[in-house]
Formats: sequence, structure tokens, C-alpha cells
Amino acid sequence: MMSIVQELASAALLIIGTLLLVLAGIGIVRMPDIFLRMSAASKASSLGAGCILLAVAVSAAEIAITVRAIAGVLFLFLTTPVAAHMIGRAAYMIGVPLWKGTVVDDLRGHYDTRRHTLSSVEHVKPRMQRGTGPLGDEPGA
Amino acid sequence: MILQTIVSWIVLPLLSLTVALTLVRLVRGPSLPDRVVALDVMGTVAIAIFAAYALLNAQPAFLDVAIVVGLIGFIGTVAFAYYTQRRI
Repeated sequence: MMSIVQELASAALLIIGTLLLVLAGIGIVRMPDIFLRMSAASKASSLGAGCILLAVAVSAAEIAITVRAIAGVLFLFLTTPVAAHMIGRAAYMIGVPLWKGTVVDDLRGHYDTRRHTLSSVEHVKPRMQRGTGPLGDEPGA
Repeated sequence: MILQTIVSWIVLPLLSLTVALTLVRLVRGPSLPDRVVALDVMGTVAIAIFAAYALLNAQPAFLDVAIVVGLIGFIGTVAFAYYTQRRI
């Protein structure tokens, strides 16, 4: 009933998806900073769960199940980046400290956390001291 | 039959390990957004567990459960982000 190609493809997708999800778990424990954690976790976890849903779609070759699984994949790929973007924005606004090895922080000093506006000149002193890396803590800050 | 073996001996144990790893970050996380990121990843792993369980038991109703859990997790994350931005 289930062909061997179908079964092998489904098994490969299952194992790839599981390894990606384990990688996301390791990344969320080992990364030093919330932004790096999000970068490791959101991409790897959405791809891993998408692979497992695709494995279900491949293995059950029925139209009802396949449509549901692919709808799940599309929904996951639409929502995960939006959620990660909103958490990252909220974390930056409330002043979660960056990793001490951070080199570039483009928003530093350009974002008014009270009025929620951006400006091109550096006029606002950051509320909290961010990263003390190689380029951090210049005289203006 | 080999798919059921793979799911019950490889996929579900490793996904349980992943849930344990995200639980570590949920308990230890220094700031509130860290914990929310950990919960978000836990929701995604829950989607994968539901899909694998649907494959294991040949019960396609679990796919609907997976989609609904993903929807609730997304709404929770967006609500948290909105709340955090308005609070300051």
C-alpha cells in the first residue's frame, strides 16, 4: 500500500526534522544572548517542524491529510518569523543586554524608547549600557 | 511499519529531550523575553510531536490539534510582545 520510495522519503524527512529540532534546543540553551538564541531557535525549529509535517504528508498520501499537513507548514512558516520579530523588538525596547562580544548595534543611540521614534543623528543616551565589545562604549555613550 | 519504529524509537525520545532543553532555558532565562522565546520553541516542538503522533497512530485528527496549538502559541507570543512594548 505504501511504496518504498514514499516510506524512505518520509523516514528521511522525519530524521532531518528531528535533528533540526534538537539543534534548536541545543541552541536555545547554549547561545549567550537572547537575539542569538532567537536566531538559532526560530529558524531551526520552524524548519524542523515543517519537515516532520511534510513527512506526515508524504507518508499518508491522501488528499485530506496532505492538505492539512501542508496548511500546517504554511501557517508555521508565516507565523514564526513574525513572532520572532515581535519578541526581538520588545526585548530591544525594554533594554535586554546584548552579548559582550557584539560588534554591531545599529539602533544604538538612534532609538527613542519613550516616543518610539527613530532618528538619524545620535542624540539619545541609551537607557541601559549595552555591549562592551570591541566597538562598544564609545565616548558618546 | 518502519516509520512507526522510527517515530517511537528516534523521533519521540529526541523531541522529549528538546522539550527538556527548552525547559532549562525557561527556568534559567535571565529576562522575560528569554522565557517567552523558550515557550515559543516549546510550542513548535509540540506541533512536531503532534504530527509524529498522528503518524504513529494513523490518527489524522492530531494534525488539527497541531494547527490549533500553533495558532494559540502565535497569539500568545504576539500578545506578550504587545504587552511588553506598552508597559514601558
